[in-house]
Amino acid sequence: MGQPMYRAFASALAVSASLFATQGWAQSDITIAMQLEPPHLDPTSAAAQAIDSVVYANVFEGLTRFMGDGSIVPGLAESWEISDDGKVYTFKLHEGVTFHDGTAMDAEDVKFSLDRARAEDSANAQKALFAGIEAVEVVDPLTVKVTLSEPDGNFLFNMAWGDAVIVAPESIENIKTNPVGTGAYKFGEWVQGDKIVLERNPDYWGEQPALEMATFKFISDPTAAFAAVMAEDVDVFTGFPAPENLPQFEADPRFQVLVGSTEGETILSTNNKQPPFDDVRVRQALAHAIDRQAIIDGAMFGYGTPIGTHFAPHHPAYVDLTGNSAYDPEKAKALLAEAGFADGFETTLHLPPPSYARRGGEIIAAQLAEVGIKAEIINVEWAQWLESVFKGKDFGLTIVSHTEPMDIGIYARPDYYFQYDKPEFQALMETLTKTTDPDERNKLLGDAQRMIAEDYVNGFLFQLAALSVAKAGVQGLWVNAPTAATDLSAITWAE
Amino acid sequence: MSRNLILGACLSSLVVLAALISFVWTPYDHAALDIPAKLQPPDAQHWFGTDHFGRDMFSMIMVGARTSIAVALVAVGIGMALGVPLGLTAAARKGSWLDELIMRGNDLVFAFPSLVIAILITAVFGAGAINAIIAIGIFNIPVFARITRGAALSLWEREFIMAARVAGKGAARISAEHILPNVANLLIVQGTIQFSLGILAEAGLSYVGLGAQPPTPSWGRMLADAQTMVGIAPHLALIPGFAIILTVLGLNLMGDGLRDWLDPRIRVARA
Repeated sequence: MGQPMYRAFASALAVSASLFATQGWAQSDITIAMQLEPPHLDPTSAAAQAIDSVVYANVFEGLTRFMGDGSIVPGLAESWEISDDGKVYTFKLHEGVTFHDGTAMDAEDVKFSLDRARAEDSANAQKALFAGIEAVEVVDPLTVKVTLSEPDGNFLFNMAWGDAVIVAPESIENIKTNPVGTGAYKFGEWVQGDKIVLERNPDYWGEQPALEMATFKFISDPTAAFAAVMAEDVDVFTGFPAPENLPQFEADPRFQVLVGSTEGETILSTNNKQPPFDDVRVRQALAHAIDRQAIIDGAMFGYGTPIGTHFAPHHPAYVDLTGNSAYDPEKAKALLAEAGFADGFETTLHLPPPSYARRGGEIIAAQLAEVGIKAEIINVEWAQWLESVFKGKDFGLTIVSHTEPMDIGIYARPDYYFQYDKPEFQALMETLTKTTDPDERNKLLGDAQRMIAEDYVNGFLFQLAALSVAKAGVQGLWVNAPTAATDLSAITWAE
Repeated sequence: MSRNLILGACLSSLVVLAALISFVWTPYDHAALDIPAKLQPPDAQHWFGTDHFGRDMFSMIMVGARTSIAVALVAVGIGMALGVPLGLTAAARKGSWLDELIMRGNDLVFAFPSLVIAILITAVFGAGAINAIIAIGIFNIPVFARITRGAALSLWEREFIMAARVAGKGAARISAEHILPNVANLLIVQGTIQFSLGILAEAGLSYVGLGAQPPTPSWGRMLADAQTMVGIAPHLALIPGFAIILTVLGLNLMGDGLRDWLDPRIRVARA
């Protein structure tokens, strides 16, 4: 009885053994380190980028998704049709998609997710993404119709965000600790303060990825980060916090260094409502007092691209406006004198923990001192920064990187922490939202960039570089970071 | 005078001298950034090299000495100014409820790990040199109170104190006129040791970002900034490290030497 069974098993073994022999012992798991641990795992109810860094495209998927090059491709939606007036999107969903708990993903789940995100009491951090949605209708289990109040050229882009992923009503209650999505990886375990483990989902609707398991480790201290990579305790470190160490990794054949661009516009945020920064001449003086290249070289060891407005240089609509706020301390002094601050003034400079802020802040404080502005450095933790600067608006200056993609729209929100209130800009953003023609959109985006640059809303410093270190054998890592994500399905080990 | 005392005094005065000179002269402006000239190893132009912003390390060490000394000195001053009177009072009222209150209060402060409480104080009241001084100073109070009380207690048994009492002097006057001069040597020795501990504590607080805030240079923060750059520019960590070691070593040697030199018993034996 047992004999044939045994034989079948043995031949299976032989087959797999020969498979291994030809393929070599390709590693099937990976350990990826990052600096920040997510506060919880629900990307639809928090702004923390660390959540998306773990779950985006791995655990949760949206109707559309970002690729590593920044393009938008179909996700759970197989295809879509857009009505002639640009107001109605009819999404056709993939067939046979299930959540990790076995329940089917259908049009009802899409309606649930979108309605939940745009609800009055929604905790979604990017409610603006859903503001244009008028109604979501289930046509049949695999077809969903989204009606917008106005045509929105950005709608498919909006739906690719981590904040717009599809969740299920069955598992929503415990989503923060036990995320259940449709992705190629399911949640394994979370050891708080240490790591999160994701396991391959054998029932994934799409192509099976190469890696069976991925461990995300959280190492906040730059020195420990360096040690962990050097000791080969981790295979990849995304968002490596100490740029000064990268030349050492580059010189080491065991490692590869990936230098790309993020969507992070790093700016000297200025409280536009707080005197003397309510005077455009003072803000212009700030802009001319700052030597961007010195900040990039001193704080980031040369990694980063100077920007003259709040826009990513790799975007086709980018306008180079760095000349508008070129380093010119004499001009800065003259402007200050004109504004009645010939002897300078005192202000505060709040610095959150990342080195771009702490180191950049020391450099900026020294540069401002040269034109007579005495900026008192106040080092703060993130929680404190969110409380007093971002929510409380109790600051003069602060340095922060705005890492959301295409976020120039924040300048149309007068209650946003830097408090730029200009009706012309708000009108411009409204026009932009209604425009679907790409050329026309780019032209409007150019106008918007110019307007905030000429109003010197903030000190525009540089585009934050995406710096990753990986073992030499890791392939398929995203070089750029069009959104916060670690796309595991693209990663393989070289043999 | 012992060799220890001479070596310790030399090292300590070197640091004090550097701090004093920094008020009138440093080779470069310690706060002037020169990014293109960053991370240069020590050479003829920059004796201690430059840091990650191209600032002159020698100038920073000189001005940093100022920060360290100022914080440690004021902290020891607080400890002495409050601790010594407390100790004298406790000794004068030996066994009373006041003695108990003072000494148990001291035990309470002593029971906490000093640096942890210092971190708590600076975290609650904000980071900065002033709060670091207060935090370190608080922990110097019981040290001086205990030492003073211990020495004063045995003095109270001595004949010349008896004589003073017979002469009708009150406890306060006796403490001030007879006890204090006789414990002064002890306090100077302890003060030196506490001063070195104060320098270490300031460096520790600055290292975790709770001491003097930028752009005020501080040895502890220089060490913290150097942390990720040890591999590419070791002098960034070695130089402030050595500055701390030599200062603390010098003060400790001086404290030891002073004790031997000032201790009446040894002095008598030597004579």
